[in-house]
Amino acid sequence: MHWLFEPGLWSNAAVRTGVGVGVVVAVVSALVGVVTVLRSQSFAGHALADVATAGGAGAGVVGASPLAGFVAGALLGAGALEAIGVERVRQRDVATGVVLGAATGLSALFLYLITLNSSSTGSTQLILFGSLFSVSNATVAAVMVLGVLVGLALAYLGRPLLFAAVSPDAARARGVAVARVSVLYALVLAVTVGLSAIVIGSVLSTALLIGPPAAALRVRRRMSTTFVLAAALGSLAVTLGVVISYDSFYWWPSHRALPVSFCVVLVVVLELVAVTIGRRARGDARARG
Amino acid sequence: MFSSFMTNAWIVGTVVALLAGATGFFVVLRGSSFAAHAVPNGAFAGAAGATLVGIAPLWGMVSFAVAAALGIGASRRHRSDVVTAMALVVMLALGAAFLSLSAAYEPQVDALLFGEILGISSTSMAPVFAVSIVCALALAVMYRPLVYDATAADLARSRGVNPTLLEMGFLVTMALGAALTVPVVGALLSFSLTVGPPAAARLVTRRPASALGLSMVLSVLTLWTSIAASYQTNLPVGFFVGVLSALVYVVLRVGTRGRARGA
Repeated sequence: MHWLFEPGLWSNAAVRTGVGVGVVVAVVSALVGVVTVLRSQSFAGHALADVATAGGAGAGVVGASPLAGFVAGALLGAGALEAIGVERVRQRDVATGVVLGAATGLSALFLYLITLNSSSTGSTQLILFGSLFSVSNATVAAVMVLGVLVGLALAYLGRPLLFAAVSPDAARARGVAVARVSVLYALVLAVTVGLSAIVIGSVLSTALLIGPPAAALRVRRRMSTTFVLAAALGSLAVTLGVVISYDSFYWWPSHRALPVSFCVVLVVVLELVAVTIGRRARGDARARG
Repeated sequence: MFSSFMTNAWIVGTVVALLAGATGFFVVLRGSSFAAHAVPNGAFAGAAGATLVGIAPLWGMVSFAVAAALGIGASRRHRSDVVTAMALVVMLALGAAFLSLSAAYEPQVDALLFGEILGISSTSMAPVFAVSIVCALALAVMYRPLVYDATAADLARSRGVNPTLLEMGFLVTMALGAALTVPVVGALLSFSLTVGPPAAARLVTRRPASALGLSMVLSVLTLWTSIAASYQTNLPVGFFVGVLSALVYVVLRVGTRGRARGA
């Protein structure tokens, strides 16, 4: 297996921590993401990631904990989206755009202030694109705790959420408080995106939120299978992504490794392509059969 | 503030703002903000890729932004928000990979993401004008079908408008515009200018022609104020563009609320 696992891969503490945290984030993102994809809220999910960046960058300016900044930013963003009015579908697109635009403006300011105040370089890329290998131990603990909380919240909300996503009117008729479920779900989504933003970078957290669930939903099985499959595909993407990124250090004489985020996205895209091809092939077989 | 080295910034800024205001009107009308956010990131990846192989950034930006637009447009039948999200993520990941392979300096990366309006040289102005004129002509030709398609899709179809082709044409125009806007206000902020002022304009008037005009005016005013504020305070222009664009929308939203209730 040496062609795949370069020497020293698993004995490296940073890699082990990175894969561990990454898998937790991938599983949580995938579970929440199934609902996001069903509700066609990819844009909101992505916008919250960018708002979280603004929070993370803001925390960097005042010297607060980045995780607190990311999560607080995402929660504030979710609040702003609700305030402008995401409940009306026609306005949702514009409201998300306005909040996202303002947040990126703030990120620009905060990142600029960080580069003024510190001699270290690379903070912009670290905040935007993230790095699994520089996650601190405190962050690891917080990610685990928040991950479990999100999982519990999702288990509690799951049924009414899916019902409301598939058919809001029927859900309302059956006594589901659709509006309240939506707000609670927005909170869950915000915390999840804040988490994944700090691990694979706010900009690319969208990949783990949308990619694996979209692939799992294309397989079209029972709902519980979809959730498990999405979590598995997400974990696989993170693990393989880290391995490829680690190996790529040895591919070029210049020893410039490919960023982890790129490798994770690459695996996610391959998964989507594979599932799509698989479905076509199965469809053809059924049509002929 | 109006010294000779700033002249180019004012001229190019104005052209870019007019174009963003016009494109943005259709973006808001059609509800394609997500695509408008994703496509400029293609330009970001393209610029990074062009730096890596050593060609002019403009060509990299145009080709990658158009590729992103075609990718989004081609798969309109599927869940389009998922496809847009994936296109966005792929472009950003490619950009990150190109940057780390070429080991670009951080200020260059920041300039691509958040804009560097003062860095516009006179040589880079000719392509800006050329592409702007092409985009303006394309939007003028597509004006009627785009408005029809957004307001009365059935009517548009009965008049022989091909929605897929129209969407493609619009996205490609948007991509060309994005390739211009990215170096000026950055990949992340060209989007703010494309959504804030047009959305604000739509709050004031529902008539397409006047909303389009107002959108362009608001967009130019936003960018002018941002350039002036950035010049005076030394803070990044992207900050002012992003926050002012949103502010225009929120102020008009609050201002027109009473009128909307009365109506």
